[in-house]
Amino acid sequence: MATASGVRRIGDRVERKDLWWVEPLIYVVVLGGFVVYATWASLANGNYYADPYLSPFYSPCLAQNCVHPTLPLLGSWWNLSPAILIVGSPLAFRFTCYYYRRSYYRGFFRSPPACLVPDAPKTYSGETRFPFIIQNLHRYTLYIAVLVLVVLWWDAIEAFNFHGHFGIGLGTVIMVANVLLLTGYTLGCHSARYLVGGYLDSFHKASLRFRLWTYSNRLNVRHNRWAWASLVVVGLTDLYIRLVAMGVIVDPRWIS
Amino acid sequence: MTDETRDATMSIWRGTKTGGRFETYTVPMVEGMVVLDVIHRIQALRAPDLAVRWNCKAGKCGSCSAEINGHARLLCMTRMNTFAPGEEITVSPMKTFPIIKDLVTDVSFNYEKAKEIPAFKPKPKEADGTRRMYQEDIDRVQEFHKCIECFLCQDTCHVIRDHEENKKAFAGPRFFVRLAALEMHPLDTNDRLELIRQKAGLGFCNITKCCTEVCPEDIHITDNAIIPLKERIVTEFYDPLAWVKRRVLSKGAQQPGPGEPEPPSAKA
Ligand code: SF4
Ligand code: SF4
Ligand code: FES
Ligand code: FES
Repeated sequence: MATASGVRRIGDRVERKDLWWVEPLIYVVVLGGFVVYATWASLANGNYYADPYLSPFYSPCLAQNCVHPTLPLLGSWWNLSPAILIVGSPLAFRFTCYYYRRSYYRGFFRSPPACLVPDAPKTYSGETRFPFIIQNLHRYTLYIAVLVLVVLWWDAIEAFNFHGHFGIGLGTVIMVANVLLLTGYTLGCHSARYLVGGYLDSFHKASLRFRLWTYSNRLNVRHNRWAWASLVVVGLTDLYIRLVAMGVIVDPRWIS
Repeated sequence: MTDETRDATMSIWRGTKTGGRFETYTVPMVEGMVVLDVIHRIQALRAPDLAVRWNCKAGKCGSCSAEINGHARLLCMTRMNTFAPGEEITVSPMKTFPIIKDLVTDVSFNYEKAKEIPAFKPKPKEADGTRRMYQEDIDRVQEFHKCIECFLCQDTCHVIRDHEENKKAFAGPRFFVRLAALEMHPLDTNDRLELIRQKAGLGFCNITKCCTEVCPEDIHITDNAIIPLKERIVTEFYDPLAWVKRRVLSKGAQQPGPGEPEPPSAKA
């Protein structure tokens, strides 16, 4: 890419000697793998409930045909997988997340694949045009994610309820871990941090908003780790419940 | 143990804006040297005409920016003992800016961008004739004032590094830091949001964070300057609910300047 001003006369040779391509490759493998698994699991329409555990991919379960309906808004005419109704909202939340954007722009779009490694696309308009300008609505996906999070907390509490008796199984532990990680991920969101107080120029007369902003910042510093951990664990939660429902593994129970 | 323990081998880009090539030099080096020291030795012993810009040798003037083994670094803050013994080290000038000679580039792009930013315009004084700021408000913008204007973030930003044509419409991370410092300042009254969206081209940034990775002052450029500015732009131009709220409180939306397109929310 030699340019008029002589900027790239040195050439496009990548001078980095480290394994710079490993990081984008990991993004492609993990994110791609998750999308494939989530799509398959949401279409499977079975083995998503192992009493008392409900898979997060199927929660809230909004159809009458659900094995374990949360709120049967849709009548029995809906006979497709009930996951289709809701799986889009967490996916949209993650797709428009500032951290995942960084990762898939590097991994899938290769703009740039790694720092000081040339962009693959010849022209570039960033997030100024369709479709990427839609990323600006990330905060709306956050609003929905918070509602879903409330439901997932309810599911996690229900995971202690073995036919009216208090109990704890491995599934309970996994579901609580899952919802804790999702909470850390959601509350450390860059939009959340802005909306709870970051929009202010002066915190002096807004001590509550200042405090909320400070808490959100604390989570936000490691938003990347929350993002990966919650992604992996939400997938594993579904897998665990699926295997228990299929009878492949027996849920160990300590109290029940 | 003697001082001169081993040799350093460096492949340095030599040339002007019309062209050039990498030249390899080997000089003796002593314990504790940084890359800039080795370059000074090369100047002294092998190539007196080698051009390099530097001033403080303490990582504070921001003059000695270059690319070392393909990483945007300060020459004076990169220690030789971070490389394997005998490794040939590649040093080239910042590629985002036009070359003057050897490792020296013309960074006036940045000075032009700096001129486009409206200066600090403070609120009127309070009744007792003073202006007050509070610690919690200043803590946030303090980070941005650490910038030493090394322009390594500008060099590493792919928006202009790989797409020269974007230079007109994009200010670059260093100036998003500056704009964030002003926009979040508790006493400032200038409104620069339309400028940030349009002329400074914040939307071009795809938050891939290379600027943050290279900043020698450890400023969280992307997380603390760029993304919060993006959120402010969303409220001002893209968020339909924020737009309705502004209408109801009838503060009215920002008017675009002459020749600038209508903000999307104004059409909603
Ligand atoms: S985060 Fe934005 S400003 Fe920083 S290097 Fe990447 S594209 Fe450029
Ligand atoms: S923000 Fe950091 S990298 Fe950019 S010019 Fe300032 S000190 Fe250098
Ligand atoms: S969820 Fe990552 S930034 Fe909002
Ligand atoms: S010489 Fe001043 S920062 Fe390196």
